[in-house]
Amino acid sequence: MQPILEISRLTKTYSGGFTALKGVDLTINKGEIFALLGPNGAGKTTLIGAVCGLVRPTSGTIHAFGEDMASNWRSLRARIGLVPQELATDMFEPVRRAVSDSRGLFGLAPDAGKIEEILRALSLWDKRDAQIRTLSGGMKRRVLIAKALAHDPELLFLDEPTAGVDVELRRDMWRQIALLRERGTTVILTTHYLEEAEEMADRVGIINKGEILMVDEKAAMMERLGRTEALISLAQPLNEIPEALSAFPVTLAEDGRVLCYRGDGGGEGGGAGTTEVAQLTKALIAAGIDYTAIDIHESSLEDIFVNLLEGGAA
Amino acid sequence: MSLFNARSAWTIYKRELLRAFRTALQSILAPVLTTTLYFVVFGAAIGGQMQGGMGGVNYGAFIVPGLLLLTILGESTSNASFGIYMPRFTGAIYELLSAPVGVSETLVGFVGAAATKSLILATIILVTASFFVDYSIAHPVYAFGYILLVSASFSLFGFILGIWADNFEKLSIVPMLILMPLTFLGGTFYSIQVLPEPWRSVAMANPVVYLVNGLRWTFYGQSDFPIGLSLGLTLLFLAFCVGLIAWIFKTGWRLRA
Repeated sequence: MQPILEISRLTKTYSGGFTALKGVDLTINKGEIFALLGPNGAGKTTLIGAVCGLVRPTSGTIHAFGEDMASNWRSLRARIGLVPQELATDMFEPVRRAVSDSRGLFGLAPDAGKIEEILRALSLWDKRDAQIRTLSGGMKRRVLIAKALAHDPELLFLDEPTAGVDVELRRDMWRQIALLRERGTTVILTTHYLEEAEEMADRVGIINKGEILMVDEKAAMMERLGRTEALISLAQPLNEIPEALSAFPVTLAEDGRVLCYRGDGGGEGGGAGTTEVAQLTKALIAAGIDYTAIDIHESSLEDIFVNLLEGGAA
Repeated sequence: MSLFNARSAWTIYKRELLRAFRTALQSILAPVLTTTLYFVVFGAAIGGQMQGGMGGVNYGAFIVPGLLLLTILGESTSNASFGIYMPRFTGAIYELLSAPVGVSETLVGFVGAAATKSLILATIILVTASFFVDYSIAHPVYAFGYILLVSASFSLFGFILGIWADNFEKLSIVPMLILMPLTFLGGTFYSIQVLPEPWRSVAMANPVVYLVNGLRWTFYGQSDFPIGLSLGLTLLFLAFCVGLIAWIFKTGWRLRA
């Protein structure tokens, strides 16, 4: 994997004394979609701001495309795009001119064909002459994406891209982001919608209180930290766990009528957990314990996230 | 990548000018109307009663450079301050800060546009004035150069004001409560030579006096102070503003968190 962004020991303490980033180390690989997960105030936006030039880091280094951002900011910023969390732009500008101006601001010659391509891809072409203020919230957010894409960035930051948009538009946005990846753009998105990270990201980073708690491939993270949980409804209640089942991580619930299995190994396909549940059912049959139903499910990224934030996993 | 990107600067410049034309009633017609009223009241009505004019110049013509400066100072400051304050206020400044744009492109864009607007206004006001009073310009090239210099200087000043201000009140305090009184008391409507002491000495502490006199010299070839003094002080003010803006960009003061 070729790194496209390398952040090393990055700290940011604001003038009021609040430390938003506490020695963040993070490497983003070329071509991936990276989701930075964290609750409000975790430091996500500050981290993005530090890379994009909105925030002055207190210490630490940022390298993009192998070069130091502090000394080569001009050439490097030209290759980075940012879609901010807030719908912040001149609302009186017409869509096409706003997007074209963004291209000009990044020092590129006007390219009507390119702007048309971007607007069509984001379903904004019909609104090209409309003032931005007349568009819906979702459309406005697309305009900000179009503006960020106008200079063909190789690395794109999306700060809470689907905050406040409805489910349909959110899925539409996911499709747009997937298309960007297909075109080779590296995407870093912050979100507190776990579903979003689970749906889109190749890798996930979890940040809280200015510290990166974990970075891993989404599938590996779910496999490593995920749990398989099975609830087996028994035909006859048990008073205690039989000797034949002592090797399994099981407990009794609901007055012995339900056998609860909580094992390791989440992720796609269930990993080791589902295999063990299969072995458990065989052991039940062998021990002559009848059951009427099995409810088996894998823990989601949300469970992992909550556990991490609560310090329940490491 | 070079240290100056002309396309980036042009984009900011063009966007700012379009913003002004979008609000043409407020940014162009309003100052022209105000200045016209000054000409009607002070030039045609009151000036008509002043025999002998001021310093040998017909009174209506005498106030032309001062009124021109009154508009240029106010408009340059307001336009540049508003231009940079609004994106700060709305958050749209993220785009400028994340773009490969430095102090040079930003200044050429924002300050250049504000100064251009002032030059357009100055031209309109001079044309308007010609309907009310007879005036002539002794040194038209110097007059143009001086108006350009003052427009640029106060656009830079306005840019600093727009970065300093953290609310709309602060944005209007400086033009309304400082610049306008200084301009009114800076010899716009009179020569400070007609003031009795100690007011004449007090007036000499007003920097706008030297600006008005500088421009008046380019119009009528005479002023209360040598043109070199006016020019030197204006250039000093320009250099101070440029230095302050360079510092702002270097430290990110009120721009980058």
